[in-house]
Amino acid sequence: MDNELLLQILTAAIKTGTPLLLVALGEMVCEKSGVLNLGQEGMMLMGAVCGFIAAATSGSLIFGVLMAMLAGMLMSLLFGVISMHLKANQVATGLALTIFGTGLSAFIGSTYVGQTVKGFHAIVVPVLSNIPFLGSILFKHDPLIYLSWLITIAVGLFCTKTRGGLILRAVGENPYNANAIGLPVMKVRYMAILFGGAMAGLAGSYMSLAYTPMWMENMTGGRGWIALALVVFSSWKTKNLVLGAYLFGIASIMHLVLQGLGMKISPNLLAMLPYLATLIVMIFIGSNRMKEKLSAPMSLGQTFDSRV
Amino acid sequence: MWQFQPRTFIPWYLQLISPLIAVFLTILLGMGLFSFLGKDPFHAMHVFFLSPLSDGYNMGELLVKTAPMLLCAIGLALCYQANLWNIGAEGQLLIGAVVGSAVSLQFSDSAISVWLALISGILAGMCWSGIAIALRQWFNSNIILSTIMLNYIALYTLQWAVHGPLKDPAGMGFPESAMFSDNQLLPILIENTRVHLGVLFALLAAILCWVLLRFTWLGFQIRVLGHDESSAHYAGFSIRRLRWGIMLLSGALAGLAGACEVSGPIGQLVPSVSPGYGYAAIIVAWLGRLHPIGMCISGLFLGLIYMGGDMAQIDLGVPTAITGLFQGSLLFLLLASDFLLRYRLVKVKSKETQHG
Repeated sequence: MDNELLLQILTAAIKTGTPLLLVALGEMVCEKSGVLNLGQEGMMLMGAVCGFIAAATSGSLIFGVLMAMLAGMLMSLLFGVISMHLKANQVATGLALTIFGTGLSAFIGSTYVGQTVKGFHAIVVPVLSNIPFLGSILFKHDPLIYLSWLITIAVGLFCTKTRGGLILRAVGENPYNANAIGLPVMKVRYMAILFGGAMAGLAGSYMSLAYTPMWMENMTGGRGWIALALVVFSSWKTKNLVLGAYLFGIASIMHLVLQGLGMKISPNLLAMLPYLATLIVMIFIGSNRMKEKLSAPMSLGQTFDSRV
Repeated sequence: MWQFQPRTFIPWYLQLISPLIAVFLTILLGMGLFSFLGKDPFHAMHVFFLSPLSDGYNMGELLVKTAPMLLCAIGLALCYQANLWNIGAEGQLLIGAVVGSAVSLQFSDSAISVWLALISGILAGMCWSGIAIALRQWFNSNIILSTIMLNYIALYTLQWAVHGPLKDPAGMGFPESAMFSDNQLLPILIENTRVHLGVLFALLAAILCWVLLRFTWLGFQIRVLGHDESSAHYAGFSIRRLRWGIMLLSGALAGLAGACEVSGPIGQLVPSVSPGYGYAAIIVAWLGRLHPIGMCISGLFLGLIYMGGDMAQIDLGVPTAITGLFQGSLLFLLLASDFLLRYRLVKVKSKETQHG
């Protein structure tokens, strides 16, 4: 494999890994508070469609991104109200959120199918992009990718270095104890859910405004689900999440790699690779069961009720 | 002062009232949506929910739409009864359709071609769900995620099949298999409709499921396992074998649904074999309270939504995506109304009234 191809693959891996990274960061924070939100796919789709429509009608990409995040947050609020206040099962509510989001996004986007917008352009960072090899891989991207790095660092620092991160984890480990020492469990969980929604919306807008600047039904293609596996894979640690997201990025662009190596395989079979990779990763996680048990938030997926 | 308190006991009628509330609210929401779009809401609801029932042919179409969802939902309900979160009916259905078509096309001259297709569809669905349960049992994988991944893999297998090995050479380049001949088609049950044998299979499956859960030792074990795993363990049930059996059965039913679709109403393998029947089946299962009779009713309702979506597109110019919107709202509102099952509104005497 020549250098040029390797360069292309790594650059593309970052591009394809970015929506996964964003949505997985949101889900990780949400899960740290003890809430399992399986609605990522639905929220991403809503972010993608709302971001696209807002950008197409206003002509402003930034407005599009903000609207996408707002759409993700509104969707997650719906999840929050039903799972937290109405005490519905988190798994079922998350599934409902995805089914609802898939339907709603297809409905409101139906007149926009196939339209395109002028998406985000790459910003070449001066000086840094001149670093041989690495400069071309890391510093010739669209602004949302740089934003994703800032958010990653912020989330990583928040979870490990701040009092807020400690509170978040305390609530996720044992909401009843957290409640007993006066931590606002519901408030913390709502904030985590909303953050997850905003990140899913942002990831969706990355799909429809940067990755392929257009709207198509179901265009996120299961990335929300892959992100859920990614969170487990990373054992709820930010740095593993980054690595995992870009590795999945590589799995999704294997067709590029295989073409480069001169192999001819049906594109439909190659399209299965990220999902197959997820299955294989799940086998790998499963054989490390103790590790998973130790790192998962203790109350993950359990409904909290202060009245009980 | 009014307050919500957790219930210790759930009255049986609430199990029925909560889905009815969800359906009612969904219809209200739909009416609101249609008025927002500038259509007469009453006319729209008429188009949506009554015109599919207007004549014999349309009634038949409703059954044709309901059958695959009901088959999938019965399998899913068994899984959910046993606390297995199988979301994979869609993939199992698609694989059933692909393998069923492949076998059917291979033996198109044989008189038993359609039966071979059904059997191979069942086996394919079983294998597909078998992968998910094997990962669950051997590697402790999350069954939701593995079945979802298998859904996508099945979808691309279907795409590969219609673009590659099963593509009709005389099909002018369309990604479709050859049209099935009479040998490969399921018999029609009611004249002048498309009601095929698969509808009868769905009904039979519902009845057998009811008998299984209600009257058999196996059904009892499934219910105990779902309610309390440790009791099932204590009672010495073979939980491993139960899980395998339930999951394989569920895959078999979804695979049968897929094979029936290609050898019934569609008559060839096309990329759009399923408009999301496997996902809609999740809603059918929950709305029907995981009960076979309930699922027959909720299956018909979801079938109505599918047909109504098509009718509304023709009559009102609304995109068919409204079907998905209705489905999603229905499940959401059902989960919200189930709050009634777990909590009750009680009047609590506040301190002032006690003293005053």
